[in-house]
Amino acid sequence: MTVTGVAAAQAAGEQETIDEKKAVTYLEAIREGLWEEMEADESVFILGEDIARYGGAFKLTDGFLDHFGADRVIDTPISEAAIVGAAIGASHRGLKPVCEMQFIDFIAPAFDMLVNFAAKSRYRTQIGAQIVVRGPCGGGGRGGPFHSQNVESYFLNVAGIKMVAPATAYDAKGLIKAAIRDPDPVLYFEHKFLYRRVKEVLPDEDYVVAIGSARIAREGGGLTIVTFGQMVHKSLEAAEKISAEDGAEVEVIDLRSLNPMDDETIIGSVRKTGRCLIVHEAPRTGGIAGEITARINELCFEWLDAPVRRVTGPDTPVPFSPPLEDYFLVQVDDIVKASRWLLAY
Amino acid sequence: MDDLSQTQLQELYYYMKLTRSLEGRLEFLFKQGKIVGGLYSSLGQEAESIAAAYALEDGDWLGPGIRNLGALLVRGVSPKEMLLQYMAKADGPCRGKDTTTHFTDPVRGLVGPISPLGTMICVMSGVALSFKLRREPQVALTFIGEGATRTGAAHEGTNLAAVQGSPLVLIAEDNGWAFATRTHEEVANTNLVDMAEGYGVPGVQVDGNDALAVYAAAKEAVDRARGGGGMSIIEVKTYRMKGHAQHDAQKYVPPEELELWRARDPIDRYISYLTAESLATESEIAEMDKRIEAELDQAVSEAEASPMPDPVSALSGTYADAPPAELWAREL
Ligand SMILES: Cc1ncc(C[n+]2csc(CCOP(=O)(O)OP(=O)(O)O)c2C)c(N)n1
Repeated sequence: MTVTGVAAAQAAGEQETIDEKKAVTYLEAIREGLWEEMEADESVFILGEDIARYGGAFKLTDGFLDHFGADRVIDTPISEAAIVGAAIGASHRGLKPVCEMQFIDFIAPAFDMLVNFAAKSRYRTQIGAQIVVRGPCGGGGRGGPFHSQNVESYFLNVAGIKMVAPATAYDAKGLIKAAIRDPDPVLYFEHKFLYRRVKEVLPDEDYVVAIGSARIAREGGGLTIVTFGQMVHKSLEAAEKISAEDGAEVEVIDLRSLNPMDDETIIGSVRKTGRCLIVHEAPRTGGIAGEITARINELCFEWLDAPVRRVTGPDTPVPFSPPLEDYFLVQVDDIVKASRWLLAY
Repeated sequence: MDDLSQTQLQELYYYMKLTRSLEGRLEFLFKQGKIVGGLYSSLGQEAESIAAAYALEDGDWLGPGIRNLGALLVRGVSPKEMLLQYMAKADGPCRGKDTTTHFTDPVRGLVGPISPLGTMICVMSGVALSFKLRREPQVALTFIGEGATRTGAAHEGTNLAAVQGSPLVLIAEDNGWAFATRTHEEVANTNLVDMAEGYGVPGVQVDGNDALAVYAAAKEAVDRARGGGGMSIIEVKTYRMKGHAQHDAQKYVPPEELELWRARDPIDRYISYLTAESLATESEIAEMDKRIEAELDQAVSEAEASPMPDPVSALSGTYADAPPAELWAREL
């Protein structure tokens, strides 16, 4: 190696350490997005259980109370229906509340407020509910049946609620900002397994990720995998394995937004590859994969060279014990197997 | 305590100490990485949980919360079962599907709670309703944290039991904190007993760290319910001496508050009572402690040796009459 080569390598190394320092986790990205929106717009405020004094069960809002004060960072009683209901009322007065569900499983008591009040508000009265309800979802944390669920399909059949589920720190920040600025109710699902496991350097300038736009996380011509959240990472791993071992290239679409869904990106990819696998963590029956399959069927049946398949959780609650939970959760090998089946079809 | 024999009074001590020691073992195992998921403690609250459950009789039903391990021990659950449950073992009461106090056993009259708070009051009001409908002289007892009283479900369940006159005893536990939120931030009137007036049922407030006071109040409420007098609310004032769960170092708790409540420790107080009233000698107490440690030694080693569940069992048990769930494309 030449002297300049070494210097360049050192410089690159230094650059890497600097970038490593600047890289923010998925959790920090959500936090930054919230923080910046609260700085920029004083009508934004947050409410939820243990979010102020404690800074949230996952410490996502740590420091918010000191900076923004108790009027805008509100510890509520254990009353999810009141949290969401009050958010709707406040939004009618021009405020932009962001509600935290300590775990997204506890959105259940707020179901009525969401599906009957928030979702139908604009349609009935022409006055929408500009609220965000966010919280940690997903398994892998040994949380058992009530701290591990993915709830998107509970809400999928409800017109009037948008849903997003970021997989990367970049999208986590861009989507929380978009959600806060969106005039309608947005459910924001953050996968707790990703909180501190994914990291990247984010742009300095303000940006949003448009709700309703998917992202091609990996390009390929042999097969399309449509997925979101934590399963994006497992699907990418599977795609690399297939590329290395089989020489086939898998395209991975990260939906980012579950409702509205980016049909165009899905269809564009499936028309190119002719094969599609849908992967999600939630159980199979009534899961979002069914909806995606139907859309592909309706929009590009003629381009298909194989039946659309899905790899999902089985139709059971999320079990607690590690061997059971690991078996319940979709693993990289499950995706590889199903991909190979489709590629060989 | 007139209606408790010396043996029973000693037994109350046994359960309090057993609970504390078992939780100590659980904490130790947690630090060794042998406990799966979260671990919750009832340190400092053992008396209310145990004394309330002690007022129940054979055939009565109990719906514990997450911090009512002591109540479960009183109702016949063994330390080994709790260890298996927390270690996510195959032979635990939930077979590894769920954890903590979350198990149901109709034989022993236990209903396992779910995590979403407040829901238990609705379900236990239904258990109580069944006693009423069947004209059976039994009682249901359940616990609710001051934080959880603020859920819609808690209100609906309490009200239903009240208007139905169901034989339900509700122990409302004010332990100062709901995770990191103080009682007065959960409920504007911190005298939870005043809920009773609103619901139109008898209510009483007692010192939750005084086992015998809790027992007396619970006994009265249980007897009333059994006699057709409907539901009652008992508020117990106590204190959560540990963080919300193991992961919470409770830095937000003023140390002087912990000091104050340490001086009110329910077990220390109970020992003073037993010895002062000559109901147990110090050596009898030491003897019980020794027995407890031996029991726990055995329970821990049996639980540790017990196997983890077979992964495939994850697919079974969702329905009574359906084959196991399928893996579909994952089996290709
Ligand atoms: C509906 C619902 N929302 C939030 C939670 C998360 N959570 C679990 S325990 C807890 C605090 C409970 O406080 P309290 O009822 O006073 O009981 P304690 O823990 O003090 O015994 C919270 C907020 C939950 N389990 N259920």
